[in-house]
Amino acid sequence: MAAALIRTRDLTKTYRVGDNEIKALAGVSVDIEQGEFTAVMGPSGSGKSTFMNMLGCLDRPSSGEYLLGGRRVSELEGDELAQVRNSSVGFVFQTFNLLARTAAMENVELPLVYAGMPAAERRVRALEMLAKVGLAERAGHQPAQLSGGQQQRVAIARALVTRPLLILADEPTGALDSRTSLEIMGLLQELNRGGMTVLLVTHEADVARFARRVLYFRDGLMVKDAVNAETELA
Amino acid sequence: MNLIGLLRVAMRALAINKLRSLLTMLGIIIGVAAVIVMIAVGAGAQQRVEEQIRSLGSNLLLILSGTTTSGGVRMGFGSNLTISEDDAAAIPREIPATMAAPALRGTAQLIWGNTNWSTVIFGVTPEYIDVRQWELAAGRIFDASDLAGATKVCLVGQTVARQLFGGADPLGQTIRVRRVPFTVIGVLESKGQSMMGTDQDDLILMPISTARKRVLGASNLAKQRSVGTIWVKVADGQDMKAAEEQVRALLRQRHRLQPGQDDDFSLRNLEEVAATQEASSRVLALLLAAVASVSLVVGGIGIMNIMLVSVTERTREIGLRMAVGARTRDILGQFLVEAVTLSLIGGLAGIAIGIATAVGIAEVAGWRIVLSPQSVVLAVAFAFAIGVFFGFYPARKAARLNPVEALRFE
Repeated sequence: MAAALIRTRDLTKTYRVGDNEIKALAGVSVDIEQGEFTAVMGPSGSGKSTFMNMLGCLDRPSSGEYLLGGRRVSELEGDELAQVRNSSVGFVFQTFNLLARTAAMENVELPLVYAGMPAAERRVRALEMLAKVGLAERAGHQPAQLSGGQQQRVAIARALVTRPLLILADEPTGALDSRTSLEIMGLLQELNRGGMTVLLVTHEADVARFARRVLYFRDGLMVKDAVNAETELA
Repeated sequence: MNLIGLLRVAMRALAINKLRSLLTMLGIIIGVAAVIVMIAVGAGAQQRVEEQIRSLGSNLLLILSGTTTSGGVRMGFGSNLTISEDDAAAIPREIPATMAAPALRGTAQLIWGNTNWSTVIFGVTPEYIDVRQWELAAGRIFDASDLAGATKVCLVGQTVARQLFGGADPLGQTIRVRRVPFTVIGVLESKGQSMMGTDQDDLILMPISTARKRVLGASNLAKQRSVGTIWVKVADGQDMKAAEEQVRALLRQRHRLQPGQDDDFSLRNLEEVAATQEASSRVLALLLAAVASVSLVVGGIGIMNIMLVSVTERTREIGLRMAVGARTRDILGQFLVEAVTLSLIGGLAGIAIGIATAVGIAEVAGWRIVLSPQSVVLAVAFAFAIGVFFGFYPARKAARLNPVEALRFE
């Protein structure tokens, strides 16, 4: 069997607040295969966000091991992590986090700018991704001129543009109405069918139902690893 | 991200808050403008001083007669005429590359027609014209035959020409100096004010022999060949200090002074005087620029303040940029370029306003200004340095943000 795309072993994260040590992650070991659609669920304070930050290389574990695509990224620091984030991880946030007063096109191009890709090539790739999320005609629009759903699509295009190993979506529907949420989940499922590994963090069971596999977190530990018998199709 | 990319990002960020950017720049604009104006005014003043020094003549030594004591009262230099025309003649003979011009000074009332004017008269040799760098506006100077014959001819300064003759041409006119008739054979070019503010053009020059015999004819002066002053011009490129010592040694020897005995004359090196004057005007110019540059530093602090605000406001943007792969140097560069852009645009505007103000001052107040390309380059370099210096701390603060916390920032 080929190595898992994501492999964590005894991953812990301890924060120090004054004299108290807070264990946000108390040792999580999990394997996620290439092409899976996984949801991470749990109440706030369960450690799911910390877990996602680890997987997204935004933060370093206090101890334990994390291999992404076979690479031991738990030992990397600073700019090396930035490079991994740039090339291997696509982020989708609850609040979209698009740059204000910046065209959709340029927002999508941003990761490629940091990758050092020439401008012409960047434009072609960004347009391709906007077309993929159905917003090719909106390339010149600024975020303020787009609806919430459209903004999240732009953010997804931005996440895809470097052809990452996985998409990390943190409450991607948290700021959207139910109809638009459905559209976004449908888009993520479509990407997953195309072979993209998708990791979804949510506290809503409704949203988690769209995933094949659900990891339940509580008090910094993974307490349940379940497969949805029936995945809802958006 | 490359520099052009960073510049575009910076320009966009600054354009979003136009008023704030402008107000931030204002500090730099005022600072740079102040530096430009102060340097222009300072350099103008310095140039004036230099011109005055040049009008005095360079490479000059001035020998004054010694002092005399009369009943315990010391009378000051020149009260005892210890130097003579013979001393003056000996100097170029004994010391190479020098030229000496003795001068006898007095005051007299001049009369032409029904106007009169009191002025200073100098009895001099033709060398004097050369040594003191007088130029002729019209006419000729007196020559050796005038000197030998003690002819009654004179040269008049511009002030005398104006006061005595009004609009008339002084050349060939006969004026009376202490009732002695003189023919005006030449008019001197204007030299303007001296460094001490006295009018250098208010004088007449005549052969020293004429002055001694016919005008300043005090009995003892007439008999002797003594003079009040001797000007010595040293050829360009000669060591003034060495020339000064040679002249001193020569005069001491001629006056038969024993070692240890005080000089019976006073020797002044005008180059030193000039150097002191120049140094003090340079210090003044520097001081002006230094005061002005304080406002530049204050402007820099304004930039730092706004950049800190900007970093805080854009914490989420910084987090997002880090999440999509911006490295530490990308974020550092972004904010540093933004600060430098602010300071450079402010600097350029400041240069324009500074030049306009300096020109305005020159027009309105009539002060002399000197606008040098160096001061413009200096101002731009200073503005750039201010941007880097005061932009670095906020930029580093941005670059050191933790991406997780930055993304969560409200």
